[in-house]
Amino acid sequence: MDTIYMDNNATSRVADEVIEEMLPYFGNLYGNPSSMHSFGGQVGKKINQARQRVATLLGCMPEDIIFTSCGTESDNTAIRGALAMARGKRKIITSRVEHPAVLGMCRELANHGYSVVEIGVDKAGRLDLDELKQTVDEDTAIVSIMYANNETGVIFPIDEVCEIVKAKGVIFHTDAVQAVGKIPLNLAKSNIDLLSLSGHKLHAPKGVGVLYIRKGTRLSPYLLGGHQESGKRAGTENVPGIIALGKACELAGQNIEQENTRVKKLRDKLEKTILASCPDSFVNGDIENRLPNTANISFEFIEGEAILLMLNQFGICASSGSACTSGSLEPSHVLRAMGVPFTAAHGSLRLSLSRYNTEEEVDFVAEKLPPVVNRLRELSPFVTS
Amino acid sequence: MWEYTDKVMDSFFNPHNVGFIEDADGVGEVGSLACGDALTLTFKLDKDGRLADVKFKTFGCASAIASSSVLTDIIRGMTLEDAEKVTNQDIVERLGGLPEQKMHCSVMGQEALVAAIENYRNKGKAAPEKTGTIVCTCFGVTDEEIKKVIREHDLITVEEVTNYCKAGGGCGGCHGQIEDIIEDIQGDRAKVKHPAEPKKPAKLTNIKKIQLVQQTIAEQIRPALRADGGDIELIDVDGNNVIVAFRGMCVQCKMAEFTMKDVIQAKLREFVSDELVVEEQTDSTQQPHQRREGS
Repeated sequence: MDTIYMDNNATSRVADEVIEEMLPYFGNLYGNPSSMHSFGGQVGKKINQARQRVATLLGCMPEDIIFTSCGTESDNTAIRGALAMARGKRKIITSRVEHPAVLGMCRELANHGYSVVEIGVDKAGRLDLDELKQTVDEDTAIVSIMYANNETGVIFPIDEVCEIVKAKGVIFHTDAVQAVGKIPLNLAKSNIDLLSLSGHKLHAPKGVGVLYIRKGTRLSPYLLGGHQESGKRAGTENVPGIIALGKACELAGQNIEQENTRVKKLRDKLEKTILASCPDSFVNGDIENRLPNTANISFEFIEGEAILLMLNQFGICASSGSACTSGSLEPSHVLRAMGVPFTAAHGSLRLSLSRYNTEEEVDFVAEKLPPVVNRLRELSPFVTS
Repeated sequence: MWEYTDKVMDSFFNPHNVGFIEDADGVGEVGSLACGDALTLTFKLDKDGRLADVKFKTFGCASAIASSSVLTDIIRGMTLEDAEKVTNQDIVERLGGLPEQKMHCSVMGQEALVAAIENYRNKGKAAPEKTGTIVCTCFGVTDEEIKKVIREHDLITVEEVTNYCKAGGGCGGCHGQIEDIIEDIQGDRAKVKHPAEPKKPAKLTNIKKIQLVQQTIAEQIRPALRADGGDIELIDVDGNNVIVAFRGMCVQCKMAEFTMKDVIQAKLREFVSDELVVEEQTDSTQQPHQRREGS
């Protein structure tokens, strides 16, 4: 059975070109980039090339980039590192729909005397900019607001957010893990201080991430030890991962137009067909400002884990905001923050595409999903025939 | 991904006895859409008082559907007396096991059966109100239900209680109470840790009272609600009347019978003063549960 992979916001297929680029660094090119010999030095050059490639995609200088082990490390480093430098300031502002990598860290800091404000969103998942304006003040140490939401794909107006935050002279961090590679970014034209990204969401392997640190931003390092990454992140580099991420960023730059045309068209077709063929279904999130690859659809009266397991029978990979899929007893915090009724949050399905998806796959999923929904509704006590 | 046994998967993909008996002798309904799983069980007796036909409809995950299916298989043909002796453990055994976090799915099956039998014995009248007092407000679980799972499954931690009956799986505000119940039953075997609690002062000036109300809301109530995507706003304190408004999702859960207001009042009385009365400014986020007609 073929795998129909539509769970790209969870992780993505490593591009063939990326694998080719990194493989030698698992093999005979095993040198340490910090070594004082050319065997290691050639690896160091390759890392510099990767740094340049990432910088090109982001529109920043290569020296503004440090490599980390994942998006979570980047987020944690940004928040902890900025707090350490903002002595005396006790307030952290974030949003209610952040990824756990940010939310978990902020809630932990709340236990250590910081006051954490989580800005709300409206029914379409749009950030409450007025609440943000009223909340940012001189006591604020950092504001961390995501670029685009992993569950709904809703894109926040980061330029506006940044303007509000910088007007008060506060450090601004954005978790751009879902945005990078899917929508164009240009840090040269932005005031963002800190930005996180993760390799495995843009067709690089797991285990590598990036933290962008705007020149002049004071940040205390999270990992201490050696002088790697200009002393901003100690630890011997994940060489193959970094080289892979460089290549993946180069490819992302080449494919970003395709993401916003062909992939978007596929997503729209998939979404439209499903909504037309399944009664009592609706899209979660602001359809005007959304990642081109993401569809989050709720099906009333049925439960998400059951949908996923039935789709799995056809080799279809997707996600759900249902309680049962997460191991918690409550549905997605994102959908709850949006005020999506529990009844619909339990039956949510996220389909996230990539440039590797085809029209045939979209047609296949659109054909297989409605009978699954009908079958589960036949079992549901909330549907009376 | 959950590790389900082949039997669970088979019972999920090919469930037995799906449906609703229109002229049923007994009907049992447990759970709700808001809580993420719900089960309706109907049965028909033959002239010897045996379960001639049993049908179910379940909203929920694979293990909830599989539990319902094997339950109907187990009890079909039994007398009501024998069916009553079926426990959730029998369901779990028939399924070849369930992940710990999914035990509540089997408990729900057993509860639906009990509810249906009660419904039959009460001659179709609505089941009597739940006995006991509500402990877990997120999932509407009473102390009696918690005591039952602790005794039946020899549970000694809050986490285990959550796995078996969901209590404590939402905002976490009731963990202290669940710990007390575990200690009452299990004594020294209980594995619980009591968090430090602020002391209630003997006498309060108005300003002190307002400060303490604010502090209790900020430290005892709001974090729990926020963890759940909800929030509470203190509107006013007028003498002993505390006026609050709820924001968010807790309100649409099982709270028709046990309002959030009562829970907040209990907390404020515990930490501030026994005389406080909480009033609620109503909020528009409450959404009635609905059924869909036709399919």
